[in-house]
Amino acid sequence: MKKVDINEKMDIRDILNDLENYRPKRKGWTWRKKVDGLKVGPHIYSDCSEPLKNSIGIPAAVRYFENLDPQPQETITTEIASGRFEDDIRRMRMAAWHGADHIMVIRTAGQSHYDGLIEGSPQGIGGIPVTRKQVRAQRKALDFIEEEVGRPINYHSYVSGVAGPDIAVMFAEEGVNGAHQDPQYNILYRNINMVRSFVDAAESKKVMAHVDMAQIDGAHNANATARDAWKVMPELIVQHGINSIFSHKVGMKKENICLSTVPPSAAPVPCTKYDLPYAVALRDIFSEYKMRAQQNTKYITSSSREATVTHVMNMVISKLTSADIQSTITPDEGRNVPWHMFNIEACDTAKQTLIGLDGILEMVELKKDGYLPEQVRELKERAVLYLEELLEVGGYFEAVEQGFFVDSGIYPERNGDGIGRKINGGIGAGTVFERDRDYMAPVTAHYGYNNVAQYNEASVDNPSNLIDGCTLEKPGKIIFIDELDENDNVNNRLEECEKYRNTNLIKPEVEWLADGIVQMEIFLPTSKRVAEFAAIEFAKKMNLKDSEVIHTEVLHPSEGTRVQIKGRVEFDLDMSTLEIPPEPEIMSNEELWEEIERKPLKVVAATVGEDEHSVGLREVIDIKHGGIEKWGIEVEYLGTSCPVEKLVDAAIELNADAILASTIISHDDIHYKNMRKIHEYAVEKGIRDKIMIACGGTQVTPEIAVQQGVDAGFDKTSKGVHVATFLVKKRREMERNEN
Amino acid sequence: MKGHLKREDDFKERRKHLANLSDEELKLRFWKLAEKAVEPLLELAKTHTTPSIERSVLLRMGFSSLEAKPLVEGAIDRGLISKGVGHLVYRISKEKNIPLRQAGLEMIEGKHWDDAVVIFRGEGK
Repeated sequence: MKKVDINEKMDIRDILNDLENYRPKRKGWTWRKKVDGLKVGPHIYSDCSEPLKNSIGIPAAVRYFENLDPQPQETITTEIASGRFEDDIRRMRMAAWHGADHIMVIRTAGQSHYDGLIEGSPQGIGGIPVTRKQVRAQRKALDFIEEEVGRPINYHSYVSGVAGPDIAVMFAEEGVNGAHQDPQYNILYRNINMVRSFVDAAESKKVMAHVDMAQIDGAHNANATARDAWKVMPELIVQHGINSIFSHKVGMKKENICLSTVPPSAAPVPCTKYDLPYAVALRDIFSEYKMRAQQNTKYITSSSREATVTHVMNMVISKLTSADIQSTITPDEGRNVPWHMFNIEACDTAKQTLIGLDGILEMVELKKDGYLPEQVRELKERAVLYLEELLEVGGYFEAVEQGFFVDSGIYPERNGDGIGRKINGGIGAGTVFERDRDYMAPVTAHYGYNNVAQYNEASVDNPSNLIDGCTLEKPGKIIFIDELDENDNVNNRLEECEKYRNTNLIKPEVEWLADGIVQMEIFLPTSKRVAEFAAIEFAKKMNLKDSEVIHTEVLHPSEGTRVQIKGRVEFDLDMSTLEIPPEPEIMSNEELWEEIERKPLKVVAATVGEDEHSVGLREVIDIKHGGIEKWGIEVEYLGTSCPVEKLVDAAIELNADAILASTIISHDDIHYKNMRKIHEYAVEKGIRDKIMIACGGTQVTPEIAVQQGVDAGFDKTSKGVHVATFLVKKRREMERNEN
Repeated sequence: MKGHLKREDDFKERRKHLANLSDEELKLRFWKLAEKAVEPLLELAKTHTTPSIERSVLLRMGFSSLEAKPLVEGAIDRGLISKGVGHLVYRISKEKNIPLRQAGLEMIEGKHWDDAVVIFRGEGK
């Protein structure tokens, strides 16, 4: 594959090309490298990691700090799964540029119950069918993306369901770096037989450990399922404990075992009173393990603002306690499968918050007496009591049968409504077989009894010696299946939207190339129900197809409702028909200083006509706001409501190089009329060819300004630096013409 | 309700034996109990196998997912999964002196199973 160029889109066909021979660059999980006292510009960061080679900072970084983009020490996760892996690859690249280094791929609905590997590249629902082809293609793409941003990217999916060991092996072969693996998830939420789940889990974990994959458990699901999420805290500690110690005993290093922890509550509940003691208790008990902090989703709604605030609140808990991996939940998760821009928003939210809270523990500490430690102690005791009773009733399986788990009471309170499963029930029941004395498996990373000695005593520690190495040592032995379904595959999907790939045609999208989906924000001065139906009608009249209300908020029962709508546009745009003016030029500070030093430059400035606006012009002038004075340009400010004649006469009297006029009021095009007047009066006075004239204002379109005869127009986005650059360049041009 | 146990919160009564433990002792107790809870699960996993474990063994031996499935089903049908399905393929390849993949692919076609039954029956248990 050719080297990735920042200015070129990733070529999906190039990624798919020769895929059968692609091998991952590396295996295993990579943590960010913390830099103590990272110095960037005048700032020193306490909790940051190595900066990136290429990245995009948060909006304030781009706007005010020349893309200052320090990277937090926490790994940042983004979950991507639109159902089409080829479109997800583009989103992964965008997310990596915004700071994600843990890309989690959600599986299609129903994969848990699929007994074996799915192959090819069929489209998924709410995720992708995780197949070897798609995994390999995405890992290959990430191998290139990580070079572009300059940081290893961890690729992650799920080792669960009835095909756990199959998937674990495929992931180990393909260089997947992390996975969810927790047999309790299978049992409680997927109704997979409990014996099968634990026997399979041991094999899966052994394989994952062999290639140093990080593991995330599934305990957070209890939180999302329980009636009152904060009451399930003692049980969550127990679930984390069972999976963690089981994994470690199978052979996983403790530093690769991550707890999936979620603050259990959210405002309007006094959530910090629940979430903080829980977070502290967890970190005390699991001090040797890693924490993967995720946002609370139990109480998420369709409000993206509210979801973002919850996200921020939860990261305060992360910073006050600790998190090794900070997951991000997209703010649109409460209403649809995440869209491109919301993945990016979530990554930016994480980065903004974690950087904003940099060094907080050097300044504040958690109290060691009173409410917090009392609550922490109580939670730990409740968890210990839970385990005591679990053992009393006969062990884990019996406890599950008796409905211990996901009960709505705060243990030892029990409400009798837990999820009960039968030891001989569920999917895959009766498929667990005792190994005979001569049982043997000639492969690496196989858990449990393995009578290799019957063939070769010397191979006992390396069973795969019997077959001259297995796929984990000899990847050439892996059999790659390309496609099994001639209709449902990536090639057909690529063809369907081919006319939008590397052509002049463009269409809006939120998840799939040219899906045409747009979102619209409407305020309607009426009640909620009326507003919802009215909004749909507006969308129809705006030619949006399949419009749906995705969010409403009552601002007042009768005064008004906010409605967010999504819909599809059916037309596209030929980009070659666009008239795009060149981007305004900006000169560097040094260049501007040097130029004004060489030859001083004098400007007279005023707001002209019957116009009392002064703020915009002052911002362009004042050194305090980064105005043109900053570079030494001398400014004579004549104030507001200045007659055109007075402005031009002053320029003549002061022998100014330029006239700077602000024109805000635009009624009856008075702003453009005044520009023409300045130009014409300067001509009349015989100075037009000796003086530069620049006009600006909130309603000014630069091209139309120039049509009035002035030299430059500046709109509401223009800053002092644009004006200074213009003045210097124009003066050079005039000097050249004189010679 | 699902008929499971209902109980008022008796934490204050129930915790009495924990009250005098230090935080460190409480933590140790948590981990001792958790280890005890998973011991029988680990033992079960050491001594048992499943179709997915056997498929994962065959994948590692260089068979595709499409090939692993019928091999495991063939072994279950003949009561031989307890020997290890990879083991069956390995043994057939040795006995017949043919490459491992060839042995497996021929078994998918239905060959060699009678020999496998003869070789393995009577051994083991």
